[in-house]
Amino acid sequence: MILAATAGNVLTWIVWVVAACALLSSGFAVILFSNPFFSALSLIGNLGSLAVLYLLLSAEFVAAAQVLVYAGAVMVMFLFVIAYLGGRADVPFAGGRAFGKLAALVAGGAILVEIVVVIALQAGGKLSTSAEVTGAFGSPREIGRLFLSDHLLAFEVTSIILLVAAVGGVILGSAARRGEDEEQGEGSR
Amino acid sequence: MLGPAISAYLVVSVILFVTGAIGVLVRRSPLIVLLALEIMLNAANLALIAFARHHGDGAGQIFALTVMVVAASEAVVGLGLIVAMSRKRVELDVDKLDSLRG
Repeated sequence: MILAATAGNVLTWIVWVVAACALLSSGFAVILFSNPFFSALSLIGNLGSLAVLYLLLSAEFVAAAQVLVYAGAVMVMFLFVIAYLGGRADVPFAGGRAFGKLAALVAGGAILVEIVVVIALQAGGKLSTSAEVTGAFGSPREIGRLFLSDHLLAFEVTSIILLVAAVGGVILGSAARRGEDEEQGEGSR
Repeated sequence: MLGPAISAYLVVSVILFVTGAIGVLVRRSPLIVLLALEIMLNAANLALIAFARHHGDGAGQIFALTVMVVAASEAVVGLGLIVAMSRKRVELDVDKLDSLRG
């Protein structure tokens, strides 16, 4: 019994290390590739390894939603837009002054130090032991129950946000087409 | 709980967040800026789900799902803006987008 538990623990550690390495390296790859198509592809890998970490944290429904909504729908939209733009989207890197890039790195390091210090000060010793959860934790049934009872307002506001985003997308698309038509009209005149 | 403690997940989440933040600051293509924003939102999601597991409370997962919806809406509007910019022959470079009426 103890042996089985240890084997499970080692396996979980191995999965965690592989997923975390894949997560971080694909995250770096997203901002380092100069071709946006490769950036989008590595973001898909990033989202997939994130879903593995969600599974390890017993958030099964969120992991499934992550793969379906993000890696499926949102990334396909990104890839379509990148394919539509073609070569016009390839702005290689921060040009201009070199100190801009340096300042960005310093700002990023400052955020890193700030978050680590605050979490360590606030929650240092409390993070070592986690609550025990049952198998129902994170299941679709439990998520649905929470959404329709305790968090009903969030659920409804979510639908309004999606509606506004859909209307906004349509308006932006039609405005862009009108602008293009005017430009072509001027060009032919 | 099998595997590493919550703090390990938080460290990964912080590194991922900073990666996204540096990407937003350094890159000039608005598409890559959007991708880096998605990375930042996902890092926040990882922290939310780690804390949900830590406290054994499902509210963090609800919050993460809501963040996912907001991220999808943001991607729709952002990509719509980028397509509109490219149709109006505006150069796709965030350093040169400094006026509201292009």
